[in-house]
Amino acid sequence: MSRMQLSLLEAHRSEPQRSQEQRSEPQRRLLATISTTLALLFSAPGLAGESLLLQSTTSTANSGLYEFLLPQYKQHSGVQVNVVAVGTGQAIRNASNCDGDVLLVHATAAEEKFVAEGFGVERHDLMYNDFVVVGPQMDPAGLLAADNVTQALTRIAESKAIFASRGDNSGTHKKELQLWQAASVNTEVVSGSWYRETGAGMGATLNTAVGMGAYTLTDRATWLNFKNRQHHRIVFEGDQTLFNQYGVILVNPAKCPRVKSATGQAFIDWLTGTPGQQLIASYTLNGKQLFYPNAN
Amino acid sequence: MQTFQQSFAHAWHLVVTGDATLLEIVLLSLRVSVTATLIACALGLPLGALLATQNFRGKWLVNLLVNTLMGMPPVVLGLIVYMMLSNAGPLGWLQWLYTPGAMILAQTVLIMPIVAALSRQVIDDRWSECREQFQSLCIPWHRCVFTLLRDCQTSLFTVGAAGFARAISEVGAVIVVGGNINHLTRVMTTAIALETSKGDLALALALGSILMTIALIVNAVVLGTRQRLQS
Repeated sequence: MSRMQLSLLEAHRSEPQRSQEQRSEPQRRLLATISTTLALLFSAPGLAGESLLLQSTTSTANSGLYEFLLPQYKQHSGVQVNVVAVGTGQAIRNASNCDGDVLLVHATAAEEKFVAEGFGVERHDLMYNDFVVVGPQMDPAGLLAADNVTQALTRIAESKAIFASRGDNSGTHKKELQLWQAASVNTEVVSGSWYRETGAGMGATLNTAVGMGAYTLTDRATWLNFKNRQHHRIVFEGDQTLFNQYGVILVNPAKCPRVKSATGQAFIDWLTGTPGQQLIASYTLNGKQLFYPNAN
Repeated sequence: MQTFQQSFAHAWHLVVTGDATLLEIVLLSLRVSVTATLIACALGLPLGALLATQNFRGKWLVNLLVNTLMGMPPVVLGLIVYMMLSNAGPLGWLQWLYTPGAMILAQTVLIMPIVAALSRQVIDDRWSECREQFQSLCIPWHRCVFTLLRDCQTSLFTVGAAGFARAISEVGAVIVVGGNINHLTRVMTTAIALETSKGDLALALALGSILMTIALIVNAVVLGTRQRLQS
């Protein structure tokens, strides 16, 4: 007789003899243990003090700026700022779903639309840096000799050199589309040939561009912080139109009642005020300044 | 390749120096995935046993659903859980989004179909051997399920291990519902994704090798327990 059959017989035999109490006591204890364990495991870690949720673009997070700024803000105010770093498009969508208190992104037109639709209270300029075009060391399309960004992009299109686009509706992607438009290149037509949309974040797109020997547009902070450059380098920079403005917005408590508006506004005031602006200016990576404060 | 050597040196360095951030990330990964596995087993094993032993209307459909859900892409599940838990969603009042609770929920839903489908198979084999005895003894269905689960426990350990492996290795769901927030919801897989996006492939690979080592230890414990139960 197998073990199975034995246990089966035992279960069957003992069934009528067991009283209700005998069975329920261990069960109760088991249930209590399980529920206590679950409660412990599910509860968020005990964060001392207040917290704030910041929906942010990736470049500010990947550049290490927050690791520099936020501990100082915590010391100043006692508020823990938690950062969700996604592309600008996704950050705006998350904030529109009321999943965040403050929005920090870099697509001025989209930010103004966000405020106009009532999702944000007010948009503040925070800081800027610039976009750069990176490409292979050999620079097959000759961007190093280009006079302006329109000419640079035209050279890529004419030589059909591979270009990796974010293709993810992010701030950088929106900027890139404007630039192609200015260069009279219809990216929808050439997509899939030399123009390749990765549909991914800046870091993933840079990895792809390095792998394919492609050109791509990136913000300077992400590039300076990027470690898998191999033989890629900046091939075009310095055009006025490559200006990259970052803005900060409080999510509107009128639309999203759970927004911590007072705490959020205090954080924005600090960022756009003298202490925050000075700290932003003082943040460097390998001796290079990454962001230039310009709050009014 | 240089990156590999660099990675293993890096991983070794992180482990021997007892890097505090790494420890935090590892512990959260384990906490989330172990909890998800326990809950998924608590729900999935009885469901698997029911599907193996009982006949009811629509069972065919439930089987089909469970099998299909095994192939659910984690990122799709993450989006669904995000939309449920978002402040704009029906469960927003729970305030679970961007907490470990949300990650546990997502992973539980992700692996429950796996646990249910695999345990159904394990128990089905056993059930066909001794179904007549059960029926002749007129055992109520819940005792029947309980006895079968206990009898198959050694095989079911492997089912639990499969569920755990799926949970600890997925990144698509936890990065959407957890948000990869430093010191709060950052786990091994989301940290690896982050370092990859920063181009720090050596550190990403180092974290990956640590993750695999942890999976190895957990599986060794499961295998050891299984063998002890068998003997």
